[in-house]
Amino acid sequence: MEPATLQLLTDILLTFVYAGAVIAVLMGITMYTVLAERKVCGWLQGRIGPNRTALPIIASIPIIGPFMRGLGLFQPLADGGKFLFKEEPIPAHVNKVYYQLAPVIAMVPALLTVTVVPFGVWWDSVGVKHPLVLANIEIGILFLLAISSLGVYGIVMAGWAANSKFPFMGGIRSSAQMISYELAMVVSLLPVLMWSNGPGSTAGLSFYGIVTAQENGWWLIFAQPLSALIFLVALFAETNRLPFDMPESETELVGGFQTEYGAFKFGMFFVAEYAHIVVGSAVFSLLFLGGWDFLPFSSFNPYPENWFGSLLSIGWFLVKVCSLIFFFIWIRWTLPRFRYDQVMNIGWKILLPLAIGNLIFYTLILAIYDANR
Amino acid sequence: MVVGRNPVNGAMFMILSLVGVAGLFVLLNAFFLAVLQILVYAGAVMVLFLFIVMLLDVDVVSKRSPGNLTIAAGTVSVFLLGLGFVALLDRPQMLPEPTLLAPERLPSLETPMAFVTGIQAYGYSLFTKYMLPFQMTGLLLLVAMIGIIVLSKRFENKSV
Repeated sequence: MEPATLQLLTDILLTFVYAGAVIAVLMGITMYTVLAERKVCGWLQGRIGPNRTALPIIASIPIIGPFMRGLGLFQPLADGGKFLFKEEPIPAHVNKVYYQLAPVIAMVPALLTVTVVPFGVWWDSVGVKHPLVLANIEIGILFLLAISSLGVYGIVMAGWAANSKFPFMGGIRSSAQMISYELAMVVSLLPVLMWSNGPGSTAGLSFYGIVTAQENGWWLIFAQPLSALIFLVALFAETNRLPFDMPESETELVGGFQTEYGAFKFGMFFVAEYAHIVVGSAVFSLLFLGGWDFLPFSSFNPYPENWFGSLLSIGWFLVKVCSLIFFFIWIRWTLPRFRYDQVMNIGWKILLPLAIGNLIFYTLILAIYDANR
Repeated sequence: MVVGRNPVNGAMFMILSLVGVAGLFVLLNAFFLAVLQILVYAGAVMVLFLFIVMLLDVDVVSKRSPGNLTIAAGTVSVFLLGLGFVALLDRPQMLPEPTLLAPERLPSLETPMAFVTGIQAYGYSLFTKYMLPFQMTGLLLLVAMIGIIVLSKRFENKSV
């Protein structure tokens, strides 16, 4: 085989390996987010949470085994196994094609968005810094918004295909809610992009560019707290988390769009929801918390320029992501659910005008700043 | 897609074809356009379509036989379309011959090309050379929006 062909084949193979590794890590974090949800919920309500599941050999290691069992570290395996081996009944009244397609359509955008999310840095042999990311495209933020806006189809299709009242209501609510909050979300991002694309900057619309802009200055959550707040609220609505979980508000709609689903198909919706939370936390920490940047107000950079520095940057980034995931869970078990009309009012009458006012304010600030330089 | 009677099927296939068009943009290296296509059409416009279709709960539309006028208009337009194709293929000189214009200023060592990302270049030309068309598009959309509000609200002359 020619060297060029071999090189090409190796590149293609490596791309698959990298993609598989990133998906595996994402799914791992997602699994343990589910566990964290149950554990944190338990602690907030004065309970213990899952602490009984045990793997045969590991759990019988003297001190570590019972400790891991108490933390519930084996619980995700049991949950996944349960979903996998349950019987999958298909109700007789559903539209079979869309019923089977919906969980897949919900899952794909959730996993696809992770391709443009950088999670660390590495230095090549001449010391140039590169992001650790599957696809470092110039329009990463737009790509993420576009793909995550496709996520609503999974829910809408599930609600429609189930062909019964409550899932249908869930699907309708979710499409209205997602469209409303997407607007506020995108408008709240515009000041962020203007801030990091000053004259001479090549940050563009890529996550890496935004993080680089924050490395040499303030984290954007301190520079633009209102943008961060609007983005966070819209993120809660887009990921269908409480207090915005209209599509599946179980006290009103049984289980919302996933009422008619069981076994692994339900599991896919479940995993997609938590994958959205993980990716959403990652995006928030990249945009507003400086990604892997060490300190908010200085350009101090403690990472040595080698593989160990890369590992440290990934670790610090994951610390931020996990804190945000904890914040998501904390909010869920603290606040009650909004009424549906309240959700719409907040979206259209508060968040959107606030986001537009925020945009005008920062446009003026930046114009004055640029004029006086 | 065109002959299907189920409106939800139709909407789904339209989403599929819009995503397909985005794929074509990607093959043309127009990534920005591709992402905008998905963001605007597949992500926002079609969600509204689907929302309306589902909310009105349109069942499978019954088959209607087209009227005589429709058939006549269809025949004429197909004929005109065919005529246009033949005319274009028969006389290729109808299209202007592409010529390369001499560039006003080539980048050189003294006047290097500024390093910009693709979107910055796009935005720069949008807000300088194409400012007027851009503003006009915005105005048109505003007029359309006001028109829809007027049509759908049906303001009545309330006697106070």
